[in-house]
Amino acid sequence: MELEANLQRASMTHRQRFVKLLRKLAAQRYLQLMALAGAAWMFVFNYIPMYGIIIAFKDYDIIRSIAESPWVGLEHFRDVLEDDELPRVLRNTLGISLIRLAIGFPLPILFALLLNELRSLRLKKAVQTISYLPHFLSWVILGGILATWLADVGLINKLLIALGILDEPVYFLAEPNWFWTIVITSDIWKELGWSAIIYLAAITGVSPELYEAATIDGANRFQKMRYVTIPGISGTITILFILAVSGVLNSNFDQILVLRNSLNESASNVIDVYVYHVGLLSGRYSYATAFGLLKSIVALILLLIANNVTKRINGTGLF
Amino acid sequence: MLTRKQLSTGDKLFDAANVIGMLLLCFVTLYPIWYVFVNSLNDGQDAMRGGIYWLPRKFSLDNYEAVFANAGIMTAMGVTAAKTVIGVVCHVFFTAMVAYAFSRRELIGRKFYMMMGTVTLFFGGGLIPTFLLIRDLGMLDKFAVYIIPALFSFFDLIIFLAFFREIPDGLEEAARIDGANDLSIFVRIIIPVSMPVVATIALFHGVWQWNDYFTGMIYINNPDLQPIQTFLYRVVAQSSSNQIVASVGPGINRTVTSQSIKLATMVVTTLPIVFIYPFLQKYFVKGLMIGSIKG
Repeated sequence: MELEANLQRASMTHRQRFVKLLRKLAAQRYLQLMALAGAAWMFVFNYIPMYGIIIAFKDYDIIRSIAESPWVGLEHFRDVLEDDELPRVLRNTLGISLIRLAIGFPLPILFALLLNELRSLRLKKAVQTISYLPHFLSWVILGGILATWLADVGLINKLLIALGILDEPVYFLAEPNWFWTIVITSDIWKELGWSAIIYLAAITGVSPELYEAATIDGANRFQKMRYVTIPGISGTITILFILAVSGVLNSNFDQILVLRNSLNESASNVIDVYVYHVGLLSGRYSYATAFGLLKSIVALILLLIANNVTKRINGTGLF
Repeated sequence: MLTRKQLSTGDKLFDAANVIGMLLLCFVTLYPIWYVFVNSLNDGQDAMRGGIYWLPRKFSLDNYEAVFANAGIMTAMGVTAAKTVIGVVCHVFFTAMVAYAFSRRELIGRKFYMMMGTVTLFFGGGLIPTFLLIRDLGMLDKFAVYIIPALFSFFDLIIFLAFFREIPDGLEEAARIDGANDLSIFVRIIIPVSMPVVATIALFHGVWQWNDYFTGMIYINNPDLQPIQTFLYRVVAQSSSNQIVASVGPGINRTVTSQSIKLATMVVTTLPIVFIYPFLQKYFVKGLMIGSIKG
């Protein structure tokens, strides 16, 4: 059968094959139209901006088109490296992201494990539902709540003074020293429950037989957690960890744009905010694109490193 | 399973601590929102004295009356509602349609299409090139900027794809014999059986549309086209809420303050989502799972 089909295929001329392909295409013309609509969208909204990156190597201004602008080679990248703001921007981006990763990554896992230990199903369900709530608030709303709470007459100041921790009110959002703490804490508050969803789902996927076997072997609940649950969800943890590492340079733009102001700028200026300011507000398109491109390259390298390291340790990676 | 009697003291202690910890967490999650809510229901002048923690001291609906009487806020709310509803319908229909085409094995060029999408998960043009594109497409200050650039997401496509693969082929075969084309099979057969995944993506995209302030901030100058989140961003970040009070009509009681109006606007902006998400919970948990495994 197969041999026959191969012979037949070999004996077909190019022309015949072309006609056959056309016929197939005609038969699936609606399907092709549907697929092409998606491809066209991706071409315009994903691929044209990728082409637009070349303005990082050009002197682009609003008068000329991207193609007409003169090439300047690596000039903008040299300027980026000499930018006085670069060390501060890097320090803020990496500082916020690494602390966020170190604290914000394990906490949802711990939360999922503890939630799983609740004996009352109804309580578990209620806690879950409540813990998702902040995820659905926008950063603008949360920024408004934080501004209320952290004001010099706000609740946090009153509480800290009443407890004797502070002597006089601090206007937290105007203090660079407090900015990282505010950003990281509020992000954890917002996303803790939501980030735990995937782990909870993974935990329900662990076979009950494993727990039964562990019970027969006399394991207590912590041993079960340590030797059954955690290994059972380690694949999920690995994938999410790699993604988190590659996102280290994405410093949660939405959030920082809301919480930053001119007073806390020395601690709040991160790459994305800087690119936004230099590019869109000051109109230095080429320079801002070069800055953003350096970020993307470093992020991609981080993704590859994280993938390789976890592959070597765990035997599994993202790709 | 262990019965209560067999539990050791350590186990009981752990259980008690766990329950208390979880209740504390719920309190920490809910209280900041409750605080905003009760303060928004209090007389604005009176609230400036502070000290309203659990219930309004001087109950008043003036803040809400002021919000609903403010033409700027109501226009922005309308823009948000319109962009969310239209955006969700278009995004879900378009992304699902492309996903259905990509899910069919006989699609010529399927590998190429998938590759084209996968690349977009790892590379992008970034802020400035995207802005220039939108500008060159003439979408600045147009309502379309909320809808068309958000029409499609390859990540959402992957979630649809995983779901479509589970649909038995027999369902489509019957319609095909009746002479239906692929587009009408998609509309009449695939969409109706895919409601769980449609609900998931609709919720995700709806929340994004509802909460997104950035699009309105960088692409829109016309105040009549600005969504409520952008309006609030300008109020929060630039603390220019005095102008809201200034624009409150003369018929409204003057007990309101810029702060109390801000709180009431925040509550009005948040309530719709807070009421919707618990009902969609079972869907989005499933959707996130598929997304995390395949993505």
